[in-house]
Amino acid sequence: MNLTTKELYLKMPENTVLIDAQGISLKYADKQILQNISLSIHAGEIVTIVGPNGAGKTTLIRALLGLQTIDQGKLYKKNKLRIGYVPQKIRLDPVLPLTIKRFLTLTANYAMNQIEQVLLETGVKSSPETSIYHLSGGEFQRLMLARALLAEPELLVLDEPVQNVDYLGEAELYRLISDLRKRYQCAVLMISHDLHVVMASTDRVICLDHHICCQGEPCDVSLHPEYVRLFGSSKTLSIYNHHHDHSHEVDGSIQEHKH
Amino acid sequence: MLLDDFFIRSIIAGIGIALIAGPLGCFVVWRRMSYLGDTMAHSSLLGVALGFLLGIDPLFGVFAVAVLMALLLFFFQKQKQIASDAILGTLSHASLALGILVVSLMTWVRIDISSFLFGDILSVEISDIGWIYGGGLIVLAVFLKNWKSLLAITVDEDLAKAEGIPVVRVHLIYLFLIAAVIALAIKIIGVLLVTSLLIVPATAARRYSNTPEQMAIGAALLGVVSVVLGLLASLEFDVPSGPAIVIVVVSFFFSSFLLPASFNSRAG
Repeated sequence: MNLTTKELYLKMPENTVLIDAQGISLKYADKQILQNISLSIHAGEIVTIVGPNGAGKTTLIRALLGLQTIDQGKLYKKNKLRIGYVPQKIRLDPVLPLTIKRFLTLTANYAMNQIEQVLLETGVKSSPETSIYHLSGGEFQRLMLARALLAEPELLVLDEPVQNVDYLGEAELYRLISDLRKRYQCAVLMISHDLHVVMASTDRVICLDHHICCQGEPCDVSLHPEYVRLFGSSKTLSIYNHHHDHSHEVDGSIQEHKH
Repeated sequence: MLLDDFFIRSIIAGIGIALIAGPLGCFVVWRRMSYLGDTMAHSSLLGVALGFLLGIDPLFGVFAVAVLMALLLFFFQKQKQIASDAILGTLSHASLALGILVVSLMTWVRIDISSFLFGDILSVEISDIGWIYGGGLIVLAVFLKNWKSLLAITVDEDLAKAEGIPVVRVHLIYLFLIAAVIALAIKIIGVLLVTSLLIVPATAARRYSNTPEQMAIGAALLGVVSVVLGLLASLEFDVPSGPAIVIVVVSFFFSSFLLPASFNSRAG
């Protein structure tokens, strides 16, 4: 299957809407975390949310998943939408013994060949009988991805999928996600801290800073004044090692950083 | 007949308790809720008193109050300011103090505090065995039916919720089950030691387990062996049965650390 992203996107039945949010807002302890967010996710597309730390990225996907109640707005989810979710971190206590195989079959049973297949696809090299507490951070991240894929999701939700992964692995993991999307024909909604690394493997970017600053195709977004305001221009800053010279307060005011 | 022998009755009752306490206790350990068992146990004096007041079997009184404790905890966990262990400590002593007050006001009833604290496994009657196995079977059936969901919410509640598991319902079912086990076990093991039958077999089984199922079965088996050995020791040396059982199971726990590493190196 060697379809380009665009071709694949067009092949999806009538661009089915999987999730549609209309004007959702959410407050936490008097702080406006999300403000009037409207977005929709269609079958088969990769949508990446970028934004500074504390911009409400995780809160937004938790709200979309129904893990966090919203104060205002409307949220539509396709009936019986199958979601594969990889949270930012899960806290596992080693007192609960779990092998890779058992971890993958926590909520549903899968045949051994299915398990081996998905481990191969996600690049988990340890044997299925290995204790999950013996895995490196990067391998565990891949295992979480494998677990999400086993349920053959229509929508894969990844909260910072490249954490604990070194820089070389980062680009590779994004490539993998893009490949997996084609193979599983699922939509992907993910959070990334760096647009430039995901640029090649995303269809649409949402730039978030409590509200949606701008959204669109990655190259357009990277030139959008709102994006440049938040992240700086890629021409003047080193691409992978940029820093922020200001941050946004909750009320939207700009805080200069002293260096 | 066989059941006429008090010793046989106590062994049968003890085995029944161990079989359900072991696997359920694994979840107490996995969910870091060991103090929950203590809180429910401490509240049971209030439950016994309530049983007398209402003229119902103390078993139901204990169960009702334990469930109430669990619901209060569940409710207080919604706020994020005070951690669960502090809330459990508060609930635990509040209910114990209230229990003692109520019992002391009920001048017409005499409750044998010693057997309440330490249990009296050697006074087990046939009706107790009926309760333990009847109630135990219900607990086990509900438990097994919810096993996968319970495991999923133990690994990660958000993940479970995103995958469509009714987290709140499963959590409540689990609290009810723990309350039921405590109510069934308290007459036999006593308030002070009932938590140990939940927690210690599970922790002792951990070093030999690669999967949650192995650990649950291991905990049940270790519990059964400990009950039998403990009761035999109690008969042989004329010591209280509850503490004897606990010492056996605790020595299993410590000896699991003494075995050569190669024996359990696979368990991670």
